[in-house]
Amino acid sequence: MHVAIPAIQCGNFASVVNIIAKAGGTARLIEDPKELEAFDRVILAGVGAFDFGMSCLEDGGWIEPLDRLARGGRVPILGICLGMQLLCRRSDEGVRPGLGWIPADVLRIDVEPGSGLKVPHMGWNTVKVMRPNPIMPTDGEEQRYYFVHSFHAVCDEPSDVIATALHGQPLTAALGRANVMGVQFHPEKSHRFGLALMRRFLEWTC
Amino acid sequence: MLKHRVIPCLLLKEGGLVKTARFSDPVYVGDPINAIRIFNDKEVDELMVLDIEASRRGTEPDYGLIEQFAGECFMPLCYGGGIRTVEQAQRLFALGVEKVCIQSAGLADMSLIRRIADRFGSQSVLFSLDVKKGLLGGRAVHRRSGGRAESRSWRSVIDEAVRHGAGEIVLNAVDRDGTMKGMDTELIRQGSQGLPVPLVAVGGVGSLADIRKAVDAGASAVGVGAWFVFYGPHRAVLITYPRYDELVALLET
Repeated sequence: MHVAIPAIQCGNFASVVNIIAKAGGTARLIEDPKELEAFDRVILAGVGAFDFGMSCLEDGGWIEPLDRLARGGRVPILGICLGMQLLCRRSDEGVRPGLGWIPADVLRIDVEPGSGLKVPHMGWNTVKVMRPNPIMPTDGEEQRYYFVHSFHAVCDEPSDVIATALHGQPLTAALGRANVMGVQFHPEKSHRFGLALMRRFLEWTC
Repeated sequence: MLKHRVIPCLLLKEGGLVKTARFSDPVYVGDPINAIRIFNDKEVDELMVLDIEASRRGTEPDYGLIEQFAGECFMPLCYGGGIRTVEQAQRLFALGVEKVCIQSAGLADMSLIRRIADRFGSQSVLFSLDVKKGLLGGRAVHRRSGGRAESRSWRSVIDEAVRHGAGEIVLNAVDRDGTMKGMDTELIRQGSQGLPVPLVAVGGVGSLADIRKAVDAGASAVGVGAWFVFYGPHRAVLITYPRYDELVALLET
């Protein structure tokens, strides 16, 4: 399986490339959106601010070709961390519209004062998988993943929520519909749990 | 719920892994790549690698070696040592390092932390401070790379780093380093009080109970050196890490 990773300015891609190799696939950073056609799946990875992420996609000419793939329904697309948030309509963190493939808004994480909970939600957390989906098992061993984020996606449709993690309140840990999935955590930094997720992503056919 | 992290802290010197005692007498403990592979297999929460010579000698981070580390780490990796510019931090992130740890360059000029945080986010930049107890029991900043004595109080230095955007604070108790005789819980208490970002406490862990005490004193994460690389009274080198179920039992409720 051949994974395209758009080489936008706000990414830390080496770890994603490493885990795809370990999961048995190949991944390549691509600079030119025209190259997307040669791949059978796409990962949107990124760290940093929402507006910067969207401006990276726009400046590189990625939005229209990615939009076509998302709406075509055939090519699996996975957003990781900021990449997941970019799948949504908008974010409290910025003013630019997101890709809007998932009807969801990205809001600042609120914690009760005096609760001792901190923002960013950073570290290892267990998740609750809400429904059958192509990338995370619904039964078996407890799954834990590494998170770092200050904003969280809130979906209009509960059926778009794939998994949640508890941080004062349940936060969306994974979301998706049709051929588009997103994970708020970092599978590439989540040991065998992330590796298993990547294997499932590579095997997923739409 | 979020877990308290337990983080192996590995020290590098001239490309080899060493362990110090009270910041002196580095003892060679082996090949870092091999150690990192073992820690990866043991599914450690996170890994911290600090080059203890780079700042003192004024050398650059060893990018080739660090890239190999990152290739073996399927968990977050933090690197510190010799980072003086945003460009160096950027190069480290591109190799697959998640977090950079700033100390000497930050003590000289905190704006480095601000510039890294502005570009890559606060979560990607840690500030580390070494604190040593004086003869009269007071605690003061210890400068690993030498240079002039620090006039500011250790706590005010931490607060300044947070104001400049440090996403986490690493607090090292110099007197406990390598002793495995327990952590300075009073230091952890004073350091974590009112601190808006996570505190990573380092220095002195020799048992699971020590980790629990540090968490109870306010640490979000505990860094462990000697106890994860030495075994037995003769300090034979053996890389260990508690089992996940042991940590869950230790740190829950």
